[in-house]
Amino acid sequence: MKRKTAHLGMLLAVALICSYIESLIPFYFGIPGVKLGLTNIVVVWMLYLIGAKEAFLISILRILLAGFMFGNPFSIIYSLGGGILSFIAMLLLKKTNRFQVVSISVLGGIFHNIGQLLVASLVVENFNLFYYMPVLLSAGFITGFLIGILAQELIARLKGRL
Amino acid sequence: MTRRLGKNDRWLLLILAVICIGICIFFYLQRGEAGAVAKVTIAGEVYGTYTLTQDQTIEIKIDGKVTNILKIQDGTADVTKASCPDHLCVHQKSISRENETIVCLPNQVVIEIEGAKASALDSMT
Repeated sequence: MKRKTAHLGMLLAVALICSYIESLIPFYFGIPGVKLGLTNIVVVWMLYLIGAKEAFLISILRILLAGFMFGNPFSIIYSLGGGILSFIAMLLLKKTNRFQVVSISVLGGIFHNIGQLLVASLVVENFNLFYYMPVLLSAGFITGFLIGILAQELIARLKGRL
Repeated sequence: MTRRLGKNDRWLLLILAVICIGICIFFYLQRGEAGAVAKVTIAGEVYGTYTLTQDQTIEIKIDGKVTNILKIQDGTADVTKASCPDHLCVHQKSISRENETIVCLPNQVVIEIEGAKASALDSMT
């Protein structure tokens, strides 16, 4: 139990560092919400090597803490919407046991952006924001793919060592 | 070592890519002409409509406080200043085509470009 708590703490720290690095990279495509999603490496990795409950916990804690440290209340709402939806999508796809890490990460990336768009539309009460859907979907696909490759390499190398 | 991409993955990724590209093409074809007016809404309520043909600077006020400054120049609308913490709306590129939007989430401000037809309809109703 103690060992597990220490592990989770360490993983949360890794996720926060990823958030910090990301907050340092100016990544503006003219549209808010497009991000690399480095922290998803940690979430995917936990989903595979530790467990769904723990991965969800770290994902939510990471969003709250990173929001307070590097963001603002609105970035927390955005991220929660994206984070929860993307987590559900990834978990469901993983449960089928038919897909590799990259597919799961791509789906996660896409649903993260859909979640953010939904939350943003609800907050401003204006559904014309869906105009940005194509850009956000494509961005989610591409970033999810890159993150998926990284996560897959990490999982293959760290399996059994943690 | 596990295979990086199985058969299932290739199919799924291919289908997702096709969906993404399909949606992109669909939206691109639906893309509007150069718009006529910029409509500002706050929390879904229309705040004001401003023509793009005339260069102007609009102060968007909520409860008497200026929250965002909208600048219209050469037929494009851009947010140049905002009171929100993240300034995402300021970083967003300027907009000029129908249906394009700039969003300021913290202030619930949305700026949309509308064509001449839509704005005429609005003024009738």
